[in-house]
Amino acid sequence: MSIISKTQILKANYQRFIDSDIWYSFKKSPITVVSAAVTFLFFFVTIFAPFIAPHDPFDLASIDLMDASLPPAWFLDGETRFLLGTDDQGRDILSTIIYGSRISLFVGFVSVIFSLILGVGLGLISGYVGGRLDAFIMRVADVQLSFPAILIALLIDGLARSLLPRELHDEVALYVLVFAIGISGWVQYARTVRGQTLVEKGKEYVQAARVIGIRQWTILLRHILPNVTGPVLVIATIHLAIAIITEATLSFLGVGVPPTTPSLGTLIRVGNDFLFSGEWWITIFPGIALVLLVLAVNLLGDWLRDALNPKLR
Amino acid sequence: MFTFILKRLLQSVVVMLTVALIAFSLFRYVGDPINNMVGQDTSLEERAELRERLGLNDPFFLQFYRFAADASVGEFGFSYQHRRPVKELIAERLPATLELALVSAILALAIGIPMGVYTALRRNGFLSRTFMTISLIGVSLPTFLIGILLILLFGVILRWLPTFGRGDIIEIGWWSTGFLTASGLKSLIMPSITLALFQMTLIMRLVRAEMLEVLRADFVKFARARGLPTRSVHFRHALKNTLVPVITITGLQLGSIIAFAIITESVFQWPGMGLLFIQAIGEVDIPVMAAYLVLIAFFFVVINMVVDILYFVVDPRLRIDKALANGQ
Repeated sequence: MSIISKTQILKANYQRFIDSDIWYSFKKSPITVVSAAVTFLFFFVTIFAPFIAPHDPFDLASIDLMDASLPPAWFLDGETRFLLGTDDQGRDILSTIIYGSRISLFVGFVSVIFSLILGVGLGLISGYVGGRLDAFIMRVADVQLSFPAILIALLIDGLARSLLPRELHDEVALYVLVFAIGISGWVQYARTVRGQTLVEKGKEYVQAARVIGIRQWTILLRHILPNVTGPVLVIATIHLAIAIITEATLSFLGVGVPPTTPSLGTLIRVGNDFLFSGEWWITIFPGIALVLLVLAVNLLGDWLRDALNPKLR
Repeated sequence: MFTFILKRLLQSVVVMLTVALIAFSLFRYVGDPINNMVGQDTSLEERAELRERLGLNDPFFLQFYRFAADASVGEFGFSYQHRRPVKELIAERLPATLELALVSAILALAIGIPMGVYTALRRNGFLSRTFMTISLIGVSLPTFLIGILLILLFGVILRWLPTFGRGDIIEIGWWSTGFLTASGLKSLIMPSITLALFQMTLIMRLVRAEMLEVLRADFVKFARARGLPTRSVHFRHALKNTLVPVITITGLQLGSIIAFAIITESVFQWPGMGLLFIQAIGEVDIPVMAAYLVLIAFFFVVINMVVDILYFVVDPRLRIDKALANGQ
C-alpha cells in the first residue's frame, strides 16, 4: 500500500480548487477580482491599522491644532504629511478613515455573525421540529420582514438608549449596535435554512441516521447543518454590505457608535457640519471609503450568488 | 376571500397590540413618569396624590388598556421635551413627511418603470448598461451620502437649491403644504430625489427581471406569431403582466419610504415626523417615541393589509387556485 504524503494531498486539493468552476468564473470576471482585492485590502489595512495608519488620530499628544483643516496634499496649501488633509482638530483624515473602517467592518462583521447564528439556528429548529414552533417562528419572521431592517435596528438602538443610563450606554454602544443590526437581519437566514432543512429532513441519510439511533441534536448539527450552508454564504456576503450601510446610517443619525470611537458613519456626520464652510474633504473621503467598501462587498456577493447557482452554469 | 381578510385582520391586530405593549412598557418603566412631569419642588405627598390620580397604581392590564384606548384615538400625552401634547406635534409634522413620501414614490415609479422596461427590451444596449451600472451604485450608496453629495453639488458649489427646511409653506386648515410656493417646491427637489433614488433602482431592477421573464412566456411568443406589432406585444401584453408584482412591491415600499424618510429628513433638516423621532431618541423623549412607534406600525400594518387584499383582487389566478384547493 502506497503512503500518500501530506504534500500530495495538499497538491491534489490545490489542483481541485484550480480546476473548479468557482475559480474559473472568478478568473473570468475582472470586476470580481478587483472587488475581491479591494475587500481584502480593507480587511488587511484595518486589521493592521496601528502599523499602517500614518498617524494615530486618538493620540492627543500627536495632534496639533496648527494643522487643523488642511486640504488634501495635492492642493496648494496642503501638506504631504497629511495625504487626504486634516479635520477641524488637526487629525489626519487618512488615519481616521483607516481607524473608522476598522469600527465599521468590526460592527458589520460581528453583527452578520450574530444574525447568521441566530437565523441558521432558528431556521434549523423551525424546519426540523415543525409543528407549532415552526408556525410561531415563521409568523414572527413574516411580521419582522414587513418592517424595514433599518427601522428595527433604529428602534432597538433607541430602546437601549432610553433604558440604559448615558455613561453606561456609551461604553456598551458598540455591542448594542451589533445586537440591533444582528436582530434586524436574521429572517433571511432563517427562511432559507428552514426551506433547505425541510428538503434534507426527508432524505435517506437522515432517516438512516435516525434508525441507527443517533441523537437528534447530532443529526441536526453534524448531518443536516453541513448540507444547508451553501446559500447561507451568499446571504452573509450581501448582508455584510447591508450591515455596514446600516451601521453607517445609524452612526450618521447620531444613534450609533459614540464619537469617541468614530466609525465611517460618524466621520461623515461630523464632517457634514463643515460642508458649508468649504472643507468638503472631511466628509467626502470617508464617504468614498464607505462606498468603495460596500460596492466591493456587493459585487463579490453578486458574483458568489451567480457562481453557486447551478441554474446559471 | 372573507376568511382570508378576517385572518389578515386578526394578525394585524396582534401586531398592533404587540407594538402597543412595547410602547407602553417604554412609557411606564423607563424612568419615573411622575419625575418627568413635575418640577423639583413638588412634595412627596403631592407626587403620591398625582400618582394615584393618574392611575399609576392600578394593575398592569388596566393601565395597558387605558394606554391602548388613548392611543387608538391618537392621545399620547405630553412630550417631555416640548411640553406640548404629542398629538399636536405629530399633526404638525405629518404633512411634511407625507408630502415628501408622496413625491418620492411618484418619482420612483415614473422613472423606475420606464427605465426597467427599456433595459429589458434593449438588454445589451449602451444605455441599458449605463442604467444597470447606475442602479448598482444606487444600491451601494447609502441614502444619507446621496443627500450630502446633492447638497455639496447643488447647494454649496452651484447654489441653485436650498439645502434645508421646507421653504415657505401655506396652511390649509391643519394641513401645511409646500406645493403651492416656488420656494416650497424648490426645497422639495433634493430631499425627494434622495429618498426616491433607492426605490427607483429597486423598481427598475424588478420591472426588468419581470419583463425578461414575461417576454419568454408562451403568450408573448404567440402574440408575436400572430403578427401583432412589436409595440403592442411589448406594452399591451408584456408590460401589463409585469405590473402585478410591481404594484405589490411598490405598495410595500411605501412604508419603507416613510421609514427611510427619517434619514432624508435629518440630512435636509426637513421638519417631518422622522426628524421629530430622531430628536426624541436623542433626548429620550418617551411619549414622542412611543407615539411614533405606534403610528409607523399602524402605517405598515395598513399598507401590508391593503396590498395583500389588492393582490388577491388584481390577480385572478390566486382566487382560482384557492377555489380549486377547496374542491369547488
